[in-house]
Amino acid sequence: MFKRLVEGGTAVTLTVDGTPVEARAGDSVAAALLAAGIGHCRTTPVTGAPRAPYCLMGVCFDCLVTIDGVGSRQACLVPVRDGMTVESQQGKREAGR
Amino acid sequence: MNAADLASTYDLVVIGGGPAGLAAAAVAARAGLSTVLFDENPGVGGQIYRAIASTPLKDRAILGDDYWAGEALAAEAGASGALIVTGATVWSLDPGLGVGVSIAGAARLIQARRIIIATGSLERPFPIDGWTLPGVMTAGAAQTALKAQGLVPDGCTTVLAGTGPLLWLLAAQIVRAGGKLDMLLDATPGANWQRAAIHLPDFVLSPYFSKGMSLLQEVRGRVPVVRVDGLKAVGEDRLREVVYRAKGREHRLAADLLLLHQGVVPNVNLALAAGVTHRWNERQLCFEPVVDADFATSVPGIAVAGDGAGIAGGAVAAERGRLAAIAAVRALDPSARVPDAQPIRQRLQREERGRAFLDWLYRPHDALRRPNGDTLVCRCEEVTARQVRDTARLGCEGPNQMKAFLRCGMGPCQGRLCGLTVTELIAAERGTTPEAVGYYRLRPPVKPITLGELASLPKSEAERKAVER
Repeated sequence: MFKRLVEGGTAVTLTVDGTPVEARAGDSVAAALLAAGIGHCRTTPVTGAPRAPYCLMGVCFDCLVTIDGVGSRQACLVPVRDGMTVESQQGKREAGR
Repeated sequence: MNAADLASTYDLVVIGGGPAGLAAAAVAARAGLSTVLFDENPGVGGQIYRAIASTPLKDRAILGDDYWAGEALAAEAGASGALIVTGATVWSLDPGLGVGVSIAGAARLIQARRIIIATGSLERPFPIDGWTLPGVMTAGAAQTALKAQGLVPDGCTTVLAGTGPLLWLLAAQIVRAGGKLDMLLDATPGANWQRAAIHLPDFVLSPYFSKGMSLLQEVRGRVPVVRVDGLKAVGEDRLREVVYRAKGREHRLAADLLLLHQGVVPNVNLALAAGVTHRWNERQLCFEPVVDADFATSVPGIAVAGDGAGIAGGAVAAERGRLAAIAAVRALDPSARVPDAQPIRQRLQREERGRAFLDWLYRPHDALRRPNGDTLVCRCEEVTARQVRDTARLGCEGPNQMKAFLRCGMGPCQGRLCGLTVTELIAAERGTTPEAVGYYRLRPPVKPITLGELASLPKSEAERKAVER
């Protein structure tokens, strides 16, 4: 859906649902997911519908993911870091997170 | 910067680092107020100047001069002596001017003598069928990805739809950047011209006029533009088709990215939670705080500057921030030197000229603000338009009672993406005005905070003794 206009920059590797994903320093987690072509980042608690980042400015909360074990983080507000672990959220928040 | 490094008290706390916040912090700090500016993003700039210090886009023509004007503003704030803390989320503001803020997973409560809320605007909800599907985003989101990461749409088919100046600006930016934009669906109601026309002379004299005309020309020359009066997104697991109605006929277009926009509205959550009085603006179809000429609100010591005080754009936002800061300095230190407010008010007036024309022309279609049937209104709790309308007809009088019936507005976004829709639907069903219906009652924390962050708050001996046996 998206391509990078500018090549280069510092490469950063995330693990998204167990799979390594290449990102750039300066990406938000949400931007990194979009750039990597990841289709959705969570399913909803009510109907289990898939959701992906919608507003990218911290207001819609559709990009909620688990980052380094902490659930329901706003992926659009968290900058990527090398070695970061990102997990999609399935329906209701898992207990203990 | 850690939460523990903050002082316990500041003369001025500015919340939001867009044009209003940057300009306010610069004026206040230069006049000698101890000033801290918090912004939850990784860098300052707000939405209009997002990633102004870090954007990977080196070709300045892509984003245009209006974007790069943010450089000077950010530099001015940076050199002013104000403490600027990014990655800092303000989750509470009380009428006694206490501020709850989280930085890197640790929270603090600090005290301000004056507050300037500069939390700007967000995009108006665009509740159509399928607006929750992956592949549907806001135009602002695409612009954010362009500014901050240099990402441009590059799918099979990209459609931009809705109304408002930002729609055309984004279209131009995508095209200049070499991104993919296949069609612009213009949902501006044709009848809007009737009310906009009398404001045309003011618009022609305003700085918006020539910019607007050249933008329209630039986009129309390179992207097919279709006038539409109906729109939906279709797909099961993700967007597959955009369905639109033009000249009375329905068209279907296979697409993988739909960018929606129908104007911006004040981001009212923090000001409402602090108890600031708001009113309905019928021209801009949104709630806004009641402010005086210095942008002071109904809560003593709290001002709201920038688009948060009513939509007027980035240049106006900066001037409003300066005026609010001058008032704060005068209140706290009458002997301090501040810039002369008069020329600032004149610039403000000049910039505001032409706004009425834009507001009336780009007033979004009733059907795109007040949906029917199974269209989702509350994205978080998945509440439909039919449910809200039926419940209003049952006798539910307002958005707060609606929460008890349907849970709308009670999900993580705290009503940001459904509040205006719910208010307008209740008003329509009950034959009254949005002003009479009112908005959700908002309470802190206005952003989510973990128990761990709360537990990290510094505790005094007395506080510990109050709960220990």
